[in-house]
Amino acid sequence: MLDIIVSVLTRTIVAGTPLLLATLGEIVAERAGILNLGIEGLMSTGAVTAFIVTFATGNPWLGMLAAILMGTLLSSLHGFVCISLRANQVVSGLALTMLGLGISGLWGKPYIGRPLPERMGRLNIPGLSDLPVVGKILFNHDWYVYLAIVIGIAIWFLVKHTSMGITLRSVGENPKAAESQGIAVIRVKYLAVMTGGGLAGMAGAFLSTAYSGSWNEGITAGRGWIVVALTIFALWRPGGAFLGAYLFGGIFVLQFMLQPLGVSPNLLAMLPYLSTLLVLLIYGLSKSGQRRMSAPATLGEPYVRGGR
Amino acid sequence: MQIDLLPRERSTATLNLLILLGSLLAGLLAISVVFALNGVNPALAIFSIFKGSFGSWYGIKETITKAIPLILIGSGLALAYKAKFWNIGAESQLLVGAIFSTWVGLNWGPHLPAIVLVPLMFLAAFIGGALWGMVPAVLKIRFGINEVISTLMLNYIAAEFVKFLVVGPWKGASKGGYPYTDDLPAAAILNQFPYSRISPVLLILAVTGALILGWLVYRSRFGYEIRVIGENTYAAKYSGINFFRTLVVLMAISGGMAGLAGAGELMSIHHYLSYPDSLSAGYGFTAIIVAWLARLNPAYTIVSGLFFAGIVVGGDAIQISMGMPAATVDIFNGMILVFLIMGDFFISHRVRIRLGRTVDA
Repeated sequence: MLDIIVSVLTRTIVAGTPLLLATLGEIVAERAGILNLGIEGLMSTGAVTAFIVTFATGNPWLGMLAAILMGTLLSSLHGFVCISLRANQVVSGLALTMLGLGISGLWGKPYIGRPLPERMGRLNIPGLSDLPVVGKILFNHDWYVYLAIVIGIAIWFLVKHTSMGITLRSVGENPKAAESQGIAVIRVKYLAVMTGGGLAGMAGAFLSTAYSGSWNEGITAGRGWIVVALTIFALWRPGGAFLGAYLFGGIFVLQFMLQPLGVSPNLLAMLPYLSTLLVLLIYGLSKSGQRRMSAPATLGEPYVRGGR
Repeated sequence: MQIDLLPRERSTATLNLLILLGSLLAGLLAISVVFALNGVNPALAIFSIFKGSFGSWYGIKETITKAIPLILIGSGLALAYKAKFWNIGAESQLLVGAIFSTWVGLNWGPHLPAIVLVPLMFLAAFIGGALWGMVPAVLKIRFGINEVISTLMLNYIAAEFVKFLVVGPWKGASKGGYPYTDDLPAAAILNQFPYSRISPVLLILAVTGALILGWLVYRSRFGYEIRVIGENTYAAKYSGINFFRTLVVLMAISGGMAGLAGAGELMSIHHYLSYPDSLSAGYGFTAIIVAWLARLNPAYTIVSGLFFAGIVVGGDAIQISMGMPAATVDIFNGMILVFLIMGDFFISHRVRIRLGRTVDA
């Protein structure tokens, strides 16, 4: 029994890691008022980029770096369309997802079914990793798991406790006022979107070079969309992203744990998506919950400098 | 040099069309770059796509076949987007429509003549798609849940449910272990034009459907309410428009149209329910761009639907002739959509470039 619990918790943390990375990124972007529905495409492109680079160099760290760069680059396209050309953010994000899925399919085709020579290594902490139960659950993972946690804490600190965080939030809540305070609103928005894109790329890199060690189309399996929902679930707070990501990581694991019990795998596969709706419904049941679900004030609206 | 962006007060139809064509051209150029970077001859690839779709009678017939679901779905999406209700769930509204009509076909089909059965199956499909489409409308208005999320989650849920049906309770006894339902009775199968897969009934349904929705948006009281909601939520609230009723009815129609497309694929092409991705080749997503290219006028989806059907058919052709992956069509779709919304900027803004020394005003 203990073995099962240890195994479930260990795998929950692993499955939650890509969700955590990408949700943190989406929180940063949305706090600056930019909705990015392109996460699914960014993750997928990140996954294929990391795979190809790791395959060629044998170095998963280079793969991670390339995926972050690719995510940043692709999301700057979303930035250009939505920020500079003031286009509809919903449609631009959808276009980005299609584009990302298409590009990753094209680039990844020769690599389908080929195993990676080198996966991202594990971080072994002498002493801690050898602890009986806790060591296995918490201190025996690959680097991504810890990087995600460190990045999460850093973003939480930056958003909550520094002037950078105030800048970011004011750009999303009241860009006119921010502009009059001398904040370069457009630049902050670009940086926020590109940060979000980089983290989505990194989440994808985790999937292909640490989690599965292979590339196939559909590797992201809707995680990018769940991330958009988790951002709401987290109420745009990095702390909430931790809770949401690991909760849904657990739901992904549960799906495989219940399978031997004879439940239809297809019905189990609905779990993450049903849970997403359920979680949002719980907020939506009360008026106060609905108020809390309200996004940063100018989310999705184009910003016109010096405009009305 | 200084570049100024100024709001454009008025835009002419000619200018709109020129910008539209310019956007398409720029999109094709960008796609060429992606192909070239990947070592594919872009001119050959793009030529092959359009040759595959519009370059032969076979191609043209296939293009019309695939335009039918795109027009049905795209016109329904245009209706929803007109009210700024972002229905991304057409893919699953199509599936639920197919489930409903399969049930009617398998259970009542053997006892009914075609003249009764076919309309009944279409009706069932419309009701199925409509019910599935109304869920996100209710979730949004009553519970404040973002419709992009809910429609996407419903896509995954419906797709898994279809898989569950065809490997489980609905698995056909005559299908030797394959994940298909039994064949629909002969009375449920739609006739096709000779030497093609085009069903006349479906073609008429799609074209009249798009025209009726076009009339609905621009000529009816309901359409007026939809446009007010889309253009100015506050004005809509003060003018006493019933949000709940309008959006629920709107999504019933939008989902219902996708449901009809599902029934059409089933009754004309497949003849049995099978895995979701064989029933719909991503029509629900491609139709989003069909709606956008039609500038959200449901009637124009007849043209934009044909154009994107051409890309789908041509995409299939170059998969075979040039060994390109299925995802190539996604690159086309994504890139063209990006450039279309970029083009919108130049419809609403004009760019003034002043050369030489600039004086700050």
